[in-house]
Amino acid sequence: MKSTLSRYLLLSTALAGSITLLALKAEDKVVADADNAGLKLPAGFGALVAAETGGRARHITVTPQGLIYVKLNRPNAAGKGILMLRPTANGKAEVAGAIGSYGGTGIYSTADYLYASSDEDVYRYKLNSKGEVANPAQSEKIVSGLINRRQHESKSITLDKEGNIYVNIGAYANACQVNDRQKGSKGRPDCPILDSAGGIWQFRADKLNQRYANGTRYATGLRNVVGLDWNAQANQLFVMQHGRDQLSDNWPELFTTKQSAELPAECMYALKKGDNAGWPYLYYDPAQRKKMQNPEYGGDGKKEATGNYLEPAAAYPAHTAPNALLFYTGTMFPEKYRNGAFIAFHGSWNRAPEPQKGYYVVFQPFKDGKPFGDYEVFADNFAGSPEKAAAGRPDHKPCGLAQGTDGSLYVSDDKKGTIYRIVYAKK
Amino acid sequence: MKQFLILLGALAWFIEPAAAQKKPAPKAKSTTPAKASAAAKPAAALSPAALAPGKAVYSQYCLTCHQADGGGVDRMNAPLNQTSWVLGEKPRLVKVLLNGMQGVEIDGEQYANVMPAFDYLTDQQIADVLTYVRNSFGNKASAVSSAEVKAVRATNKK
Ligand code: HEC
Repeated sequence: MKSTLSRYLLLSTALAGSITLLALKAEDKVVADADNAGLKLPAGFGALVAAETGGRARHITVTPQGLIYVKLNRPNAAGKGILMLRPTANGKAEVAGAIGSYGGTGIYSTADYLYASSDEDVYRYKLNSKGEVANPAQSEKIVSGLINRRQHESKSITLDKEGNIYVNIGAYANACQVNDRQKGSKGRPDCPILDSAGGIWQFRADKLNQRYANGTRYATGLRNVVGLDWNAQANQLFVMQHGRDQLSDNWPELFTTKQSAELPAECMYALKKGDNAGWPYLYYDPAQRKKMQNPEYGGDGKKEATGNYLEPAAAYPAHTAPNALLFYTGTMFPEKYRNGAFIAFHGSWNRAPEPQKGYYVVFQPFKDGKPFGDYEVFADNFAGSPEKAAAGRPDHKPCGLAQGTDGSLYVSDDKKGTIYRIVYAKK
Repeated sequence: MKQFLILLGALAWFIEPAAAQKKPAPKAKSTTPAKASAAAKPAAALSPAALAPGKAVYSQYCLTCHQADGGGVDRMNAPLNQTSWVLGEKPRLVKVLLNGMQGVEIDGEQYANVMPAFDYLTDQQIADVLTYVRNSFGNKASAVSSAEVKAVRATNKK
């Protein structure tokens, strides 16, 4: 932000003194849309459509200078998979550049580097002092050869403060059945998927050409993590798992469709190296607050899971697909939000024939680096109406989260490509 | 090619029962234009009662992924409205159910989820559900008979 401002100053002084003030004002002022971009927000908050990218905007990151990078699920018409957006007037931004020829999900930035992932590889790009990719042609591959069998393909990424990068490698199955998603098909013994997927892998962020052998399986038994973030207070990685699907479809004698819509919870885990969250052997029942044996592995809806598996840190409604996790460290929002978690729920499909759910951003309060108290729906109505949400036909699907330099919350949408900006306006 | 297909379709229209029992219609590698089969065999409007058994199968086995409106789920589960697979050649469509499907691009779009095999359904159930799908969600195409399913199953190689 600072350098953008000084650029403005220089430029403007060259033109005329009076324009300087205008430029400054335009840059600083963030104007919420009259309808808050269609979102329902807590009192005192406003929202605007910061930009329309027209692409499937997966994850998003903001550099210290206020440039926004958006990872597209697949390359746009120009063949580019990463968009760079520059702030314009009134809090909005516009696409000002594009790099990378691959689709994917993960994107992350530090002051020095932009990191991005395809569904198989992780790249980095050197950023200049303005936060721009200095040499777009010069991408450095830091990790390659990660497994991609389409299902749970997103290689979401985040970094810790010690130069490690964490990569989700989702399990390419629902519950490690002999025949995936087939009714009555049993679980494969000692699930072999876990060797190369179904967990979080740790690599060095500054080493090129790493493969599986150079990394560490940091945590396992995680079916698919799309949202993850490093919690600075706890100095710990937190992840959001997409829980298993189809309990009733595949085990109709054990689960009704109603039960299947509410089971299992989407879980938040606080990870330590070596943790095992138990997929595919167990699922988490939020009503009983218990880890239950999966029916593919002899469970019957009543049997608790045995074995030493990680307890979730928090639980959320089934199938709502948490696609982004962000610990808020800004000062724009009121005190209660500081160091708490925002979670973008992409929205469900596997609750049918029950009404679908999700398509919102949740706030989870934290205290001393741990979830504290109940979550609340923070930004709702990305779907456009309750009917569209219930029908699973939303207008927008929140997928990525990022914190702006001023503490605004950016939300990306991978259905229409809208970039939202949520601000707190003291009134 | 198109004319050839229409001709084939027309032929199938005349000899359908016999052909269906002996061997399935020749497999076209390319996407069969939906119009060809529709032109060859205009679908008789099927009554809700005629579609009811297929709807029941759909609700139990398919709705979970393809959704009540047949619209599927973005990038996850393929839609069933106006796709070249649903409206196209019947043997190819029957095989989707018998063998399942994964990683195949459908009308320019990729889907991340897995379509499991439904070979445990009876010929009649498969015929019913495909007839329902071909005549719902804005689709209009000829019915699928259990004899047609049986014929495809007999020669089905996974
Ligand atoms: C577990 C989810 C799931 C279930 C259950 C399921 N499907 Fe599918 N189906 C898919 C996916 C995913 C694809 C796309 C596969 C691909 O792209 O290779 C697909 C593809 C298809 C296609 C071909 C492509 C198209 O869209 O026209 C048809 C036809 C179809 N399904 C019909 C059915 C019917 C009928 C049933 C019920 C008997 C059913 N499916 C059950 C997930 C499912």
